[in-house]
Amino acid sequence: MTAGAKKRKEAPRLLMGNEAIARGALEAGIQIASGYPGTPSSEIIENLSRSAAERNIYVEWSTNEKVATEVAAAASFAGLRALCVMKQNGVNVASDFLLHLAHSGTRGGMVLVSCDDPGALSSVNEGDSRPFARILEVPLLEPGDFQEAKDMTKWAFELSEEIRNFVFLRSVTRMSHASGSVIIGDLPAETRRPAFRHKGSLLDPDNGPVISLFPGIPELKHGPQQEKLRRAADIFEKSPFNTYQGPEKPELLIVTSSACSLYSREAVHLLGLKDRVGILKMGTTWPLPPELVKRHLAGTDRILFVEEVMPFLEENVKILAAEAATDLGIKYFYGKKSGHIPSVGELNPDLVLSALRKILNLPSEKDPSDFLKKAESIAASAAPHRELTFCPGCPHRASYWSIHNAIELDGREGFVCGDIGCYTLGFLPCGFGTLKTIHSMGSGTGIAGGFGQIRRFAMNQPILAVCGDSTFFHAAIPALINAVHHRSPITVIVLDNRGTAMTGFQPHPGLAVSAMGEQAVDIDMAEICRALGARVEIRDPFDLEETQRTLNLMMEEAGGAQVLILRQACGLSPEKKGKKLFEVKVDESVCVGENCGCNRLCTRIFRCPGLLWDGQKKTARIDEVICAGCGVCAGICPSGAITKREAQA
Amino acid sequence: MTADPYNIIITGVGGQGNVLASRVLGNMLVRQGYEVTIGETFGATQRGGSVMSHLRIAKEGVWSPQIPRSRAHMIVSLEPAEAVRVLKDYGNEDVRILSNTRPVYPVSVIAGDVVYPPVEEIRSGVQALVPGARFIDATEEALKMGNPILSNIIMLGALSGFTPLPIRRSDFKAVISRFTPGDALDMNLRAFDKGRELMKKGKSKSVKRKQKSHGGKI
Ligand code: SF4
Ligand code: SF4
Repeated sequence: MTAGAKKRKEAPRLLMGNEAIARGALEAGIQIASGYPGTPSSEIIENLSRSAAERNIYVEWSTNEKVATEVAAAASFAGLRALCVMKQNGVNVASDFLLHLAHSGTRGGMVLVSCDDPGALSSVNEGDSRPFARILEVPLLEPGDFQEAKDMTKWAFELSEEIRNFVFLRSVTRMSHASGSVIIGDLPAETRRPAFRHKGSLLDPDNGPVISLFPGIPELKHGPQQEKLRRAADIFEKSPFNTYQGPEKPELLIVTSSACSLYSREAVHLLGLKDRVGILKMGTTWPLPPELVKRHLAGTDRILFVEEVMPFLEENVKILAAEAATDLGIKYFYGKKSGHIPSVGELNPDLVLSALRKILNLPSEKDPSDFLKKAESIAASAAPHRELTFCPGCPHRASYWSIHNAIELDGREGFVCGDIGCYTLGFLPCGFGTLKTIHSMGSGTGIAGGFGQIRRFAMNQPILAVCGDSTFFHAAIPALINAVHHRSPITVIVLDNRGTAMTGFQPHPGLAVSAMGEQAVDIDMAEICRALGARVEIRDPFDLEETQRTLNLMMEEAGGAQVLILRQACGLSPEKKGKKLFEVKVDESVCVGENCGCNRLCTRIFRCPGLLWDGQKKTARIDEVICAGCGVCAGICPSGAITKREAQA
Repeated sequence: MTADPYNIIITGVGGQGNVLASRVLGNMLVRQGYEVTIGETFGATQRGGSVMSHLRIAKEGVWSPQIPRSRAHMIVSLEPAEAVRVLKDYGNEDVRILSNTRPVYPVSVIAGDVVYPPVEEIRSGVQALVPGARFIDATEEALKMGNPILSNIIMLGALSGFTPLPIRRSDFKAVISRFTPGDALDMNLRAFDKGRELMKKGKSKSVKRKQKSHGGKI
């Protein structure tokens, strides 16, 4: 338990990890918070934006993560405390600026929060952002429970001001989206008055200009930066965020951090090993405090690393052990490298249990009981797999239906380069397998632009890309400029569902509202594209026929880059959620079921979860609990068996 | 409390109000002096996927936000097939199960690639394994009350008579008014009471009703 937490009499609250981080930032007295939405990080900025008015802080959803860090850095340069939040992938985007910022240093406390997603529960990859701290040469903190998430965030600002560089705080899904007890502290009464002092000498860290490097003389900035890191390591030697539980000389030492420390504790508890196995939970994971680590290594010969996703602690502790080998002697290491801990996917208590069993030669797990065998056999038939799909009433299903049909009709094996958002699922059956490449934000348009150029070598396939409205502003614009400029014959389809739907409907630059609910300037993406010189069409994807017709024309006529905006609000958008536009019915006497189109077109191919197949009557029907009343399926049924009627308000 | 930590899994399908149910329940138990840890998956899994909340109810201490396998004490399922899915991973001889009867069909079932068995079959299978397992028509009752989303609250009400934990109406009232807008309070309280009433009535009748199979190739 961390300093200060237990002193207060206040009753604990049940807070989500992300709420705890937001609270810690408020207790630290931040005046600026910025970020770009991404699971599992989004709730931090959302929580802060709810407190913005009351706490008189400025909160924004920035266009992308790089811009978000720049916005936060400006506040720091002016002496204010600033928080910047993103998911792991965002750190990649921001890294260019961050590398420079780490050189120039900061003034007011600045904390960068990255929420990683081990197991890619809601991501297209499972990157580990921690190695960035090493590359950036800035301190890294990892909270191990919810109280720490708050306390550590608050303290991170003090550390940042102490060493005058930004501090990296890393969370994971099972911390950010989990909840636990937090005793909250006071909110500061005072706010700072910002001033950007720039009249001092070039090397004056408080009053001079803030610049990252002097060409040819790296020691002027890089040297002090490394000195800051050494100071951090000294401070970390005594940090209350590094804790040890276990005997003085354990048979096995677990070195762990973040949610993995909870899995480790549980596993040791379940096996009754608390007198044999020690747990060193590191909260300050870069730079590792060398003396503390060596002290613990000296007490044991065997060390197990339990961490997600990369062997980050594992490699860094091994370096320390090698450096101190003459004192410490030979150690046996277990972890990802030895195969005792999986190197892919997220961990859980059971994976730690089996590693402990193996290393300590404990009796292996009992064979599954009769009970589990029976449960398994019931599940084999009674728990059909749930593949991911678009929500009922989702405009993407309608868009992909038209895109897919237009490509089929065109007949030249056209394909679509995908991007990041709900519509990423377009590679699955719910999007009729339409997407053929998926990478990072904005890369669909960039890759399509490249494909467009190789058409000159007699490639005849039509080339399309999709991107969401938030993604368009985030990273697709430079790629589109490239395609227009180089006359790449592609069709970029913007799936404009009026918000950042995937992460909970945060606003973006195309909307007239800010994170704080204030009036913002809505930037017209169609005008941007026209100004670039691209042909632009705007259609309603719920109008299937017109959308498909337009697409076929555009594919035929593609001379340079052109843009089709398919505009229809997300099914979960505040204006739509819970409201049915249409009452939709299936006329059982008209539905021809298995004799329809290509055999049950609506349920077998279109697959909206609001439709059901009645195996006895052999007709389709509407599931009134699930159907969102968008009315699109009425346009799918070739027999006209699905009818829609405007719903009574 | 029979175990410490007492492990509850609330499961269902994206959009059924799983997260709200777990947070309301967690906060109710915090009011009773327990230390609660909740692990949750939401995000991509919301789009038609299974969702699960793991609650660790303890006298003290933070516990793993993932319950170790085979160690659930109570499974609350907003959807019958999900009860079975969780049972195979987290069940054991002593587990208790409370499940809604209304299926949410996976798209693969709607498409006819996979069969979703009749709910009666799921119920008898589960009860053969866990004799005290209870199935209630929460969604049907919620529809009668005008909004299917209330089924999660009905399930919470039903849980109050089904676990050794102190699940109190007064705590529910205090917590739900923090989570939902004021005018929904009355509706939520009625849903909670409806759940308790369904449990008192004993065996839910409608599960005996002949259920049709969906998505069968036939
Ligand atoms: S959240 Fe919106 S955009 Fe995403 S799948 Fe659901 S309806 Fe579609
Ligand atoms: S109207 Fe049809 S397409 Fe729209 S949500 Fe309902 S079933 Fe799905």
